[in-house]
Amino acid sequence: MPVIKFFRQRPQLTLLLLAVLLAVLPFLVGAGLGKSWIRVLDFALLYVLLALGLNIVVGYAGLLDLGYIAFYALGAYLYAWLASPHFGLHLPFWAVLPIGALLAGLFGVLLGAPTLRLRGDYLAIVTLGFGEIIRIFMNNLNAPVNITNGPQGMNLIDPIAFGDFTFKGTHHFFGIAFSSAHLYYYLFLGFVLLAMLIALRLQDSRIGRAWAAIREDEVAAAAMGINTRNVKLLAFAMGATFGGLAGGLFAAFQGFISPESFGLMESIMILCMIVLGGMGNIPGVILGAVLLTVLPEALRYLGDAQRALLGHVALDPADLRMLLFGVALILMMLFRPEGLLPSRRRQRELHPEDGPGEQASLYDSRG
Amino acid sequence: MDIFVQQLINGLVLGSIYALVALGYTMVYGILELINFAHGEVTMFGAMVALAVIGVVLGVAPDLPGLLVVLAGVLVAIPVCMLLGFSIERLAYRPLRNAPRLAPLITAIGLSIVLQNVAMLIWGRQYIAFPPLLPKGQYEVLGAHVSNLQIFIVVLSILVMLGLWFMVQKTRLGRAMRATAQSRAVAQLMGVNVNSVIAATFVIGSALAAVAGVMVSAYYGLAHYYMGFLLGLKAFSAAVLGGIGNIAGAMLGGLLLGVIEALGAGYIGDLTGGFLGSHYQDVFAFFVLILVLVFRPSGLLGERVATRA
Amino acid sequence: MALLEVECVTKRFGGLAALDAVSLSVRQGEIYGLIGPNGAGKTTLFNCMTGLYSVTGGQVRLDGKAIHNRKPHEIVRQGFARTFQNIRLFPNMTALENVMVGRHVRSRASVLGAVLRDKRTRAEEAAIRERAQELLHFVGLGRKGRALASHLAYGEQRRLEIARALATEPRLLALDEPVAGMNPTERRQMADFFRKLRDTGVSLLLIEHDVKLVMGLCDRVAVLDYGKKIAEGAPEAVQRDPAVIAAYLGVEAA
Repeated sequence: MPVIKFFRQRPQLTLLLLAVLLAVLPFLVGAGLGKSWIRVLDFALLYVLLALGLNIVVGYAGLLDLGYIAFYALGAYLYAWLASPHFGLHLPFWAVLPIGALLAGLFGVLLGAPTLRLRGDYLAIVTLGFGEIIRIFMNNLNAPVNITNGPQGMNLIDPIAFGDFTFKGTHHFFGIAFSSAHLYYYLFLGFVLLAMLIALRLQDSRIGRAWAAIREDEVAAAAMGINTRNVKLLAFAMGATFGGLAGGLFAAFQGFISPESFGLMESIMILCMIVLGGMGNIPGVILGAVLLTVLPEALRYLGDAQRALLGHVALDPADLRMLLFGVALILMMLFRPEGLLPSRRRQRELHPEDGPGEQASLYDSRG
Repeated sequence: MDIFVQQLINGLVLGSIYALVALGYTMVYGILELINFAHGEVTMFGAMVALAVIGVVLGVAPDLPGLLVVLAGVLVAIPVCMLLGFSIERLAYRPLRNAPRLAPLITAIGLSIVLQNVAMLIWGRQYIAFPPLLPKGQYEVLGAHVSNLQIFIVVLSILVMLGLWFMVQKTRLGRAMRATAQSRAVAQLMGVNVNSVIAATFVIGSALAAVAGVMVSAYYGLAHYYMGFLLGLKAFSAAVLGGIGNIAGAMLGGLLLGVIEALGAGYIGDLTGGFLGSHYQDVFAFFVLILVLVFRPSGLLGERVATRA
Repeated sequence: MALLEVECVTKRFGGLAALDAVSLSVRQGEIYGLIGPNGAGKTTLFNCMTGLYSVTGGQVRLDGKAIHNRKPHEIVRQGFARTFQNIRLFPNMTALENVMVGRHVRSRASVLGAVLRDKRTRAEEAAIRERAQELLHFVGLGRKGRALASHLAYGEQRRLEIARALATEPRLLALDEPVAGMNPTERRQMADFFRKLRDTGVSLLLIEHDVKLVMGLCDRVAVLDYGKKIAEGAPEAVQRDPAVIAAYLGVEAA
């Protein structure tokens, strides 16, 4: 396409335009679609962060983690414990976020260490179980000592604050009003860019090559001197760390958390994002996360439309949402397993037959 | 002491249901090395379909004996689940048999979600009550109560498992299944139609799941579109405990897991000084799973070690 | 002291003894051949030496240090690399990337280094790339660096696998049927290549079916049959050994 070619040839201009677009996006969205959509945008960024983390585990190292949301939950609950009236603690976010990320990473190691030496599908089922266990504890650890406040969850969680400047309420800079949703947008965007940088650099490093090697052939990787267990554990723990960080941000942003936000279906949804977008490919993962955050919101209009046309909601779009995710997972795996925006390598893995077959002469320049 | 006996009995009843579901996981794993995540949902469909049929039959002929009504439900649920199992294999797994390992795992997850949500669209979000159709009656054994239903569940499970055992050991199909589990390629060379053996495995596993689904909903008096998830997770843990791929192992693992869970739930309060209560019953299966994977990944009766070279 | 010492290694699968008290030793700078009929246990012995299998009994020592029952990556670190009978490259990585993976064990960039891309990491990455390119050149794939491993011709894949193993800087390289499926010309070229490799200081241990190649190339040869070593020594001596003729050469010569 000529348009794409135009931008390909002018990377600096493209980057500049992209930066400007990202900077004014919340205002465009707010003006065009309404204020509530800025919050949708914030959530999209949070999900991008989560998806980037899970992509390290699933996309890079090829490990199926079905309890990813548990790490998100750990980060969120830790934030709530350390910065809310629940225990009367109000530590600053710059202290709480790293602790949450590290705690999640630690749990990742504890969970991964016994299971990662086994076949991949065991990891899937163990992480699935782990997600469920965390939820059971969140729901029930309100008695006899109230740790999680049970199904009601915890509220009045401190927002992000730099000294006296809190992300709550509206602030004015240069005569422009920035609502809380605007401020979180820029904060989340910063974290997403950081996460992208980390993911991209890891992908193209000694560690990233080791992950790819394990994904391609674990036995050969071990025979080439890669400590497969440690390298897998590293991927798993890194993913968990990203999850924990996102959880903390979520708690601060939402001001309220409850076990309901951390169900299995959330894990599945994040998995869906990377499968749909393109496992292992950062732009694909981002596309998947944005699509799957925005589409369900758009589905809501389907409910309104039904109400207008039929007078009642015949098919609740919320019910339809998970069904569509499930169907999408199956169809993607069957017909386009590399995702919408695949990485080149992943495309080769999944469609070996249509690669550009290089005819090689038997012996070329021998050194 | 009577709590101990009571929980032991409850555990055996629950465990025999787990065993039936675990058999489905273990048979499929034995042959395809695939965790059929959708298997729990097949169990749920068994319960739901049976309940729907029971509702219809009660509407048409309310005076039929309860046992007969339930039987009608089971007899419809079994073929429906068999068809479901067959379609699952055909549509979602067979096309991916030679794909990278991650692919069928992801379709399995997708399928599980689809089945759950289809069930929710058909039967709604609410719990569905299992009508009190089975003859009541209770006996005292060593200071514990045993109901007719409990005896019925255990006896029926044992009969089904014996039947399966016979089938696997003595029939042509059973032999073909065992050969395919050893080596798909060799079995194929020896003239075994591997595709139909795999399909048969799914169909048989689904029939067992249908029976288990009816049992579990009768036992708890409830069915729900989400019931298959946790049941499946536990049954899978049971299969791993017994040694995945091993049929006797699934039976043993199921019973053992049921007992561990029941005793755990009965005593967890005392063990933790009242800090954790019986609503933590569901965590035991998971801890058992982790412990087995750490200390004996091949399970109690497993021959193959799960580790890759 | 020999470079590699295999002492009474036994490997049982269930009741079956795939290896029965096999002992052999490879000296520094040697090309050592391991021959024997199909199913004699040659590849099993390779797997036991390189950590893919645990041994049931006996010892394997590299430079006097026990390596049996160690993890594969630890053995590679000790300086013992291998190739596979049924070529196990990373098929969707380029030839160059395949060799770069081999440098993993001789490099140390951590996650932090990879993310920060500090001076040392950049230098290391450049060195990895350069060394990998050199090795590609060495095995005659200098211009194939950007081709996918799976798109290379069969013989090229064999050589790429050797380059990848060499990237781990082995003192001893074990090759499992490295010329299988090649024509006589290619085999001769590979034999020359192995001599060249030995001259760079790498000792070679190779499993081979091609008796003529083994006899012409190897300094010493061991013959396995039914999991037992039935002969060891200079190729000419082994060739005349009646036990070997009965078990193996007799069949081939017929």
